[in-house]
Amino acid sequence: MCTMIVNQVAVEGYGKGAGGWFDVRQANVAYDHPFHAPLEHALTIDFVNEALGPSARVAVELTPAAARELVNTILTVLERAEVGGFLEESHG
Amino acid sequence: MQPTNVYQGMFAETIPLRGANSDIINAYFARPLGPGPFPGVVLIHHMPGWDDWYFEATRKFAAHGYAALAPNLYARAGHGMPDDVAAKVRAAGGVPDDQAVGDVEGALHFLQSLQYVNGKVGVFGTCSGGRHAYLAACRVKGFAACADLWGGGVVMSAADLTPNRPVAPIDYTANLSCPLLGLFGEEDHSPTPAQVAQHEAALKQHGKQYEFHMYAGAGHGFFYHDRPMYRQAQAVDGWQKVFAFFEQHLRS
Repeated sequence: MCTMIVNQVAVEGYGKGAGGWFDVRQANVAYDHPFHAPLEHALTIDFVNEALGPSARVAVELTPAAARELVNTILTVLERAEVGGFLEESHG
Repeated sequence: MQPTNVYQGMFAETIPLRGANSDIINAYFARPLGPGPFPGVVLIHHMPGWDDWYFEATRKFAAHGYAALAPNLYARAGHGMPDDVAAKVRAAGGVPDDQAVGDVEGALHFLQSLQYVNGKVGVFGTCSGGRHAYLAACRVKGFAACADLWGGGVVMSAADLTPNRPVAPIDYTANLSCPLLGLFGEEDHSPTPAQVAQHEAALKQHGKQYEFHMYAGAGHGFFYHDRPMYRQAQAVDGWQKVFAFFEQHLRS
C-alpha cells in the first residue's frame, strides 16, 4: 500500500483459483509491493469476484517489461482473431 | 537473549479485539509467562497483510519480555489467506486512516487493561504499518514510544491525498506525544531519503524527541528475512536499535 497506484475494471470472464473455476467480475491492476515476486514493486493483476470472498482471486505479478509485452501480445492476438473473423464480442 | 539456565516461556493465540467504531476484529497476542510486570507493544502489520512475518515478530517481542499484540487491520475485508485479503484491501486503496488509528487505539486500551502490563505501551510498524504507527502516536494519547520502520507516505503531496488518507501524517507532527525511532534504507523509494529528511525537519521544528537511522546498502523492508530485500547486517543492527529504544522508554 505504499504506492497506492491501483485501478479497478469490471470484466467478464472466468478464472481458475485455488478452489477451482469461478466467474471473474473484476480485475484489479496495481503497481505496488508484490507478495511473491522478488521485486520491491511489480505490476500486479488480480482477477477477482468480490461476492465470493477474498479467496476468489487469480493473481499474477509481472515486471514492467513483461506487463507491457503482455498487453501488446493480447492486442496482437485479438487483432489476428478479428482479421480471421473469429472474434465473438461479449454477450453483454 | 537469556542465559541458558533462565526459565523461558510464552503464551500466544489469536483473540477478538474491540477496534474502531467498536467493531470486533481479531488480533494475535503473545506474552511471556509469569506475573510480570511487562511492557506492552502494539505491532501494526505491513501492506502484505496480517501474515507470518508479523506473527513471528509478535512472538519475538514476547520472547524479549513484552506483552505484544498485533491487530488485524484488514479483518473487515473478510477472511482467507493473508495475501488474498491484503490484495482486496489494496484494490480498495488501503484501509481508512481513521479506522486504522481506531483499531490501534483499541489494541492500546486492551494492553493497558492487563494487570501484568506495567502501564507503558509502545507502537511498532513497518511499511504501511510504520505510517500507521506514526499516525497513532500523533493522534492517540497513551503511547510511551513509537518505532516507524520505513513507513511510506508519511510525507504526501496534495495529489496523494484520498478519502481514505485525507491528511499527510507529517502534518500531525506537532501532536506527536512520545519519543520516536525511525529506521530507513538509503535505497528505498517510499520513503525516499529526501522524504525522511523532510520528516526529520518537521520533528526538529516542533522540538520532538526522536532518533533516525538511515542504512546504507538497504532499501525497503530490509528486516524481511523471507524476501530478497533482506539485509542481514542492517537487520541485526536495526533489531538491536528497536529493542534498545523500547527498553529505554518502556521498561525504565
